[in-house]
Amino acid sequence: MAFRLRLAPEHTNINFFAYQWATLGASAFMVVASIALWLVMGLNFGIDFRGGTTIRTESSTPVDVGAYRAALGTLDLGDVSITEVFDPTFRADQNVAQIRIAPQDGSEAVLPETIAAMETALKAIDPAISFPSVESVGPKVSGELIWSAILAVLGASGAIMVYIWLRFEWQYAVGAVAALVHDVVITIGVFALFQIKFDLAIVAALLTILGYSINDTVVIFDRLRENLIKYKTMPLRDVMNLSANETLSRTLMTTGTTLIALIAMLIFGGDVIRGFVFAITFGIIIGTYSSVYVAKNIVLAIGLDRSDKPNKGAPDEFANIDA
Amino acid sequence: MNSMPLWKRVIILAICAWGIVAAVPNLNYTAVERHNDAVAAIEAAGGTATVEQAAERALWPDWLPSALVNLGLDLRGGAHLLAEVKVEDVYKARMDALWPEVRDALRDQRAAVGNVRRQPSPDGTLRVAISNPEGMAAALQAVRALATPVVSLTGVGQNDIDVTAEGLDLVVQLSQAERAATDDRTLQQSLEIIRRRVDEVGTREPTIQRQGDDRVLIQVPGIGSAAELKALIGTTAKLTFNPVVGRTTDAGASAGARNLLLPSMDEAGTYYIVEETPVVTGEELVDAQPAFDQNGRPAVNFRFNPSGARKFGDYTAANIGAPFAIVLDQEVISAPVIQSHIAGGSGIITGSFSVEESTKLAVLLRAGALPAEMVFLEERTIGPELGQDSIDAGKMAALIAMAAVVVFMIASYGLFGTFATVALGINVALLFGLLATIGGTLTLPGIAGIVLTIGMAVDANVLVFERIREELRHAKSPGRAVELGYEKALSAIIDANITTFITATVLFAVGSGPVRGFAITLGLGIITSVFTALYVTRVLVEMWLSWRRPKTIVV
Repeated sequence: MAFRLRLAPEHTNINFFAYQWATLGASAFMVVASIALWLVMGLNFGIDFRGGTTIRTESSTPVDVGAYRAALGTLDLGDVSITEVFDPTFRADQNVAQIRIAPQDGSEAVLPETIAAMETALKAIDPAISFPSVESVGPKVSGELIWSAILAVLGASGAIMVYIWLRFEWQYAVGAVAALVHDVVITIGVFALFQIKFDLAIVAALLTILGYSINDTVVIFDRLRENLIKYKTMPLRDVMNLSANETLSRTLMTTGTTLIALIAMLIFGGDVIRGFVFAITFGIIIGTYSSVYVAKNIVLAIGLDRSDKPNKGAPDEFANIDA
Repeated sequence: MNSMPLWKRVIILAICAWGIVAAVPNLNYTAVERHNDAVAAIEAAGGTATVEQAAERALWPDWLPSALVNLGLDLRGGAHLLAEVKVEDVYKARMDALWPEVRDALRDQRAAVGNVRRQPSPDGTLRVAISNPEGMAAALQAVRALATPVVSLTGVGQNDIDVTAEGLDLVVQLSQAERAATDDRTLQQSLEIIRRRVDEVGTREPTIQRQGDDRVLIQVPGIGSAAELKALIGTTAKLTFNPVVGRTTDAGASAGARNLLLPSMDEAGTYYIVEETPVVTGEELVDAQPAFDQNGRPAVNFRFNPSGARKFGDYTAANIGAPFAIVLDQEVISAPVIQSHIAGGSGIITGSFSVEESTKLAVLLRAGALPAEMVFLEERTIGPELGQDSIDAGKMAALIAMAAVVVFMIASYGLFGTFATVALGINVALLFGLLATIGGTLTLPGIAGIVLTIGMAVDANVLVFERIREELRHAKSPGRAVELGYEKALSAIIDANITTFITATVLFAVGSGPVRGFAITLGLGIITSVFTALYVTRVLVEMWLSWRRPKTIVV
């Protein structure tokens, strides 16, 4: 037999429920801890959600945060945050910093004069400085963006729940959505813990995590549905273990290829998008975990009605498609 | 084994070939872009090409597809503005314009209503006091007669103004239906004016879109900064012709009710007191051209539409010997004395202009003034270098991701992994081909979407290959195992991808700009990856099976 890379042995017989209390406890703990972190530390909202202005500076001379702060201090801008940005893709003489100011009182968007004054002040201390991007969002829009973000996450979860409910049974839908909530909340918790900038792109990442995590869960559910018909008398717990074992190799392969691609993007994709890629990467790891350890367990806890009845979600429903 | 019919294979291979051909222009982005620009320029010039244009055009053969993927602002650099149009401004202008009509209508009823006086009132309402309380009914009737039906789909049968009596005052304001109709017109007009002004600078593919009830999204690639774009569209060029009340050198002089104190453009320290309500406005101009006056100085010729011409004619006929002011953006350009009745509705604006200034003024006058003020809610400037850095980084990441996935797939599935790799290449080509054909925009999160698609695209193949392995364990013949593998994996593939597609749809509906770009690549990526995984690999596998006819296969 030719050489084959295998992430999982050909036949596995792992009892995924052996440590179910430990995994469930860990999941519950992480969810609670994430919510606590979220409430206590808060999220480091980007200007999309709290208004204000960010200026990205680039210079051939090293960034001197103190000097920048001193130069901007005279302008009476309120809260100014300055961070230097590092990235492996930068050239040796590429020194980048990110400056963020709070929304200015009484004006919707930031006045061009304010930005011009900031640029002049920074040019005075470093003539080589340039401003590759200047972004400014008024408080009115940022308030609306928060709402549309929340609606997006709720809408997507709701739509997925309905779809799973139609294709499977309501128990599966509950399990799947519980897993989704688990993934999204823990990802948000990580953003709170490390105070990574949370902006509109991160919400897109959260939705992607929803999509990926459900993808994984559905594959296991699909096999479960098929096996439930095959093994009518086997206890539900064993059918679930069997299904998870049968799909384990696929789960690991797909997570593997996706992670490989994302890690490449994380390292080489540049700093502008790093937060976004990080969120997706983290979410995919947690999503894989949750489809094996959360979604099923919840279906098991609720229990399934296995009595014979007209099955609305026949596994071969799509097999008639002439492929 | 019952393999696919020939026609199906032909269609599948044809789609793949189309995808590759449609994606090819994107490999040579700059050359194709210059070619497209040259073609557009030649077409605009009526088919005659200059030598340079012909050379540019030759950069890319005409017979190859030349549709390109649009690059979003975050990749190309440029400016993004989200503006709110202050639609209430128009209500005030409408009421101010209505006042002379109301005054005249009530004057005709002087016997019944007595004296008529305009009272101070909030913007957007007109409050008129009459001295004779018994005449209120007649006054209401007279003013209501000025109303006209609303022209809109929803406001049929309603009048444009509401007239009510409050004690001795008549209160006039725009009706609900008219406000809605006015808001709509204001937005349309603003969009049109912004479009014309942005087009004057000739940048590539600007996006000017209405968003919601009173917002405008403006995205202009290649422009230096949001401030520059604001200057371009924010220049009001509001031209009015106002009666002059007086002239003074005192900047603090009191202008009096409904008069304005405006500085002179040429003579520093000189101010004119003019009536606030203009005789004619720039909106009634039909044409403005740079010209020279009789002394050879740069000037602007203009012409009014018939109603403007009539108003201008009547006013000049009635006020010979009186000065009137030509006001541009709250500055008096000049205040000539009316020498004679000016009929025909054309005239000339002279002042101390340079040739460039007179040309620019003519352009701005032609484009018209923005009907209402705009407040900028969001503005973003992305430098072209940052965009290029992002493209380079994204390209690098995508290539490395692809190489890693290919190695991983071949190591895991051998020959079948190679089939999946070919399908992956076709998948990316199809994705670009589709994006270019539908005119989708590629953004930085969109590149991340492509990288994610590269990682996830093999998922469907993995599902199929794992299934084939399982079937082979049950000692099925290779052909049968392959067939069952595809068949049984189908339901999982469909369910898994539809749920992901749902999230992509939600993202597209809710997101804007870069996020929407991500939703597009993610959604298209799902379609292309399902197609390549289910059909393309199957064609490859079946062709290989019927060619080699293996007794056993190893997946």
